[in-house]
Amino acid sequence: MSELQAEQRSGAYQAHFRVWRGDADGGALRDFEVEVHEGEVVLDIIHRLQATQAPDLAVRWNCKAGKCGSCSAEINGRPRLMCMTRMSVFGRAETITVTPMRTFPVLRDLVTDVSFNYTKAREVPAFMPPAELGPGEYRMKQEDVNRSQEFRKCIECFLCQNTCHVVRDHEENKGAFAGPRFLMRIAELDMHPLDAAPAGGVDRKRTAQDEHGLGYCNITKCCTEVCPENIKITDNALIPLKERAADRKYDPLVWLGNKIRRRTE
Amino acid sequence: MAHVDRQTWDVVVVGAGGAGLRAAIEAREAGMRTAVICKSLFGKAHTVMAEGGIAASMGNANEHDNWQVHFRDTMRGGKFLNHWRMAELHAREAPDRVWELETWGALFDRTPDGRISQRNFGGHEYPRLAHVGDRTGLELIRTLQQKIVSLQQEDERVSGSYEEGLKVFQECTVTRVLKADGKVCGVFCYDRESGRFFVLEAPAVVLATGGIGKSFKVTSNSWEYTGDGHALALLAGAPLINMEFVQFHPTGMVWPPSVKGILVTESVRGDGGVLRNTDGKRFMFDYIPDVFKEKYAQTEAEGDRWYEDPEHNRRPPELLPRDEVARAINAEVKAGRGSPHGGVFLDVSTRMPAEVIKRRLPSMHHQFKELADVDITAEPMEVGPTCHYVMGGVEVDPDTAAATGVPGLFAAGEVAGGMHGSNRLGGNSLSDLLVFGRRAGLYAAEYVSGLRARPAPEPREIDAAEAEALRPFSAEDGRGPAENPYTLHQELQQSMNDLVGIIRREGEMAEALDRLTKLRARARRAGVEGHRQYNPGWHLSLDLRNMLLVSECVARAALERTESRGGHTRDDHPQMDRHWRNVNLVCELADYRAEQGEADPVLGQIRLSRRETPPIRRDLLELFDKDELVKYLTDEELSR
Repeated sequence: MSELQAEQRSGAYQAHFRVWRGDADGGALRDFEVEVHEGEVVLDIIHRLQATQAPDLAVRWNCKAGKCGSCSAEINGRPRLMCMTRMSVFGRAETITVTPMRTFPVLRDLVTDVSFNYTKAREVPAFMPPAELGPGEYRMKQEDVNRSQEFRKCIECFLCQNTCHVVRDHEENKGAFAGPRFLMRIAELDMHPLDAAPAGGVDRKRTAQDEHGLGYCNITKCCTEVCPENIKITDNALIPLKERAADRKYDPLVWLGNKIRRRTE
Repeated sequence: MAHVDRQTWDVVVVGAGGAGLRAAIEAREAGMRTAVICKSLFGKAHTVMAEGGIAASMGNANEHDNWQVHFRDTMRGGKFLNHWRMAELHAREAPDRVWELETWGALFDRTPDGRISQRNFGGHEYPRLAHVGDRTGLELIRTLQQKIVSLQQEDERVSGSYEEGLKVFQECTVTRVLKADGKVCGVFCYDRESGRFFVLEAPAVVLATGGIGKSFKVTSNSWEYTGDGHALALLAGAPLINMEFVQFHPTGMVWPPSVKGILVTESVRGDGGVLRNTDGKRFMFDYIPDVFKEKYAQTEAEGDRWYEDPEHNRRPPELLPRDEVARAINAEVKAGRGSPHGGVFLDVSTRMPAEVIKRRLPSMHHQFKELADVDITAEPMEVGPTCHYVMGGVEVDPDTAAATGVPGLFAAGEVAGGMHGSNRLGGNSLSDLLVFGRRAGLYAAEYVSGLRARPAPEPREIDAAEAEALRPFSAEDGRGPAENPYTLHQELQQSMNDLVGIIRREGEMAEALDRLTKLRARARRAGVEGHRQYNPGWHLSLDLRNMLLVSECVARAALERTESRGGHTRDDHPQMDRHWRNVNLVCELADYRAEQGEADPVLGQIRLSRRETPPIRRDLLELFDKDELVKYLTDEELSR
């Protein structure tokens, strides 16, 4: 059996990759021819490049099972997890371009500085335990925790943060805007059945609007589209948060949404 | 030597998974300025991959559950090799550790009356695992992460700085624990992003680095699991125990090749999934070992009734401890009754409605659909054993988590040994992280408070650590060309998988030791291109030292133990031998020049010795029937 026949039998083929290489000072797309086997994902191919052609190619990854949210990148311009992007979704002749997330500063190759997200995480006031309940005394109905549980599926891949057009090409908005992930975190806490923020004098809806830039969001749902956990960020977190934010009159979209809904009901 | 940045902290925690974060919270709450250092981003640690749940005898699903029953199950699962005191503390404290998470914002699945729901798992007598669907590890890590942030917010309100009392150094790696006058005095680290070296000076270091799975080819573990803490402890002079016991989880994905080893949660079986061979037979009924004969159903009908009526029926053998199920699958495949891609079938599609499967096992549904084009609500999965967990680790004091022989060194979680004996039960890992993570943080803080003077790192030691870390950049010495670290890693993984895997033989393990010797020599010449900024080839070259050390521990201890028990199965010694029950195999550094990175690579680096374990306390022994104890303990032990 010739080598070619063996390859065909195992489903292996040569793919053409373009991978961005460089650092904060600049860089460029580099071309690679690389072998692909049956069932592989883009991260497998990046690892093969490391092992055979570019040992110092920087890539961030951990679990390779879609659970940790480390290997976020843009594949043919689309924000995705490299470990959950099957090679079979591309044609064999197609050039596959892998670039770092665009919204965050590049450190090296496919690795970006995501510290923006950690800064924003710190600005959201933590869960406030109810004073009257001790450990083991919490009682909550499943249907009451479902909503917050959906948001807690978030693996913090930051693809929604990367995609959101409020900050994607608008560095100037980063200071005032927490981004979908952390607005969703506020919604999660706001919907937690036992969060004692109201008793502690914190109005989470209000702070979402006043301090975390909820008003910048104009519900284009880009964040929802890229979420690898299929969390309905816009519909289930951001829109309800907007609706619950006290000053409805300042948010014309909510006003409009309410009008339409009333008419259809 | 170049200038190396130094900072001073009270407690340094190495690792930011469940154990590390829990330790850091405790140390900070005890008033210690605490630094956490982790190889990945904050919140990405391997704990996120835990799926099934946290074992704790809260008794929410079955009121008969209590810590004694949990203790009993844990000892049985570990075939009585567990350090009984650790198993006792773990069983007693796990419920408090889970309830505490709720006060930090965790949202577990609920029972109809609003308490924390608990699910069945292998080896647990009652439904015991607190869970969130099949993403419990994510909930745990996020809750601890958010608790850390809340403590930083408190600090910020007082001092104006989030990182005054508790700081996470993310994407940094520790290569050496530093000592002065025989005591811990800090850690030597590099920042992955910039490649810069730095020293964190601290009199107490908590190792919470997880496991060693990346030394094996087929594994459920992430890249981080290179045995760093195990190796750091050895190099600092602390012994490891039980390294021969490696858990192969029975159900990893087997196809396609690129996902081989990725975990399929035990919850699939806990919730009703069954294992079948290619003839459609539920083969587990043929593999119930004598020690468990009375506890498991003998017929499919009884096993099926158990899900509805556990009081009057025995559990199905799919829920035997993991070592038993993994061996059974291995045997079926070897006998030619495996699935097309070399596993067996795990079927939940004929056992539950599609909607229930999607609700209870969402990430399994997603994982198979995305990665293997398999719809688990309509067809069976193909699964086979995957290297999952190491029971062995740093020998610690059960109460304080202090490592043996090195004052100031602590270890908690997977990197610590003893708790799980020869085999860990599913669900006992997350509870272990919380119980002993907290204890490590608490006693590290107590140790630091009791010190009169703090030892300082010697410049000579820092220079040596720096030279060792830089070696891959000048790898081509007189002895041969530079070696590709990726190639060396693949060869190591293949060797361990083939020769010290799930079923072991004397000749193969001797061969493994031989190959390790050759790899060690070549690893000295592991070389890298480029510069120090975020250079994965360099990082791997440094990790190879650790993987080679722990692999040697596993191989040497496995060769020495001439019996089969838990996560150590010998083809040439297939029986469990009661005389081995109270023997721990202890691994120590053979040549202390290795402390300086200068030992001769041709010589073995590990010295093995035997240590008798302390007798099990009488009141704990009395929790078992005599009939059961005679299967494990020698007559002499029983007559004491």
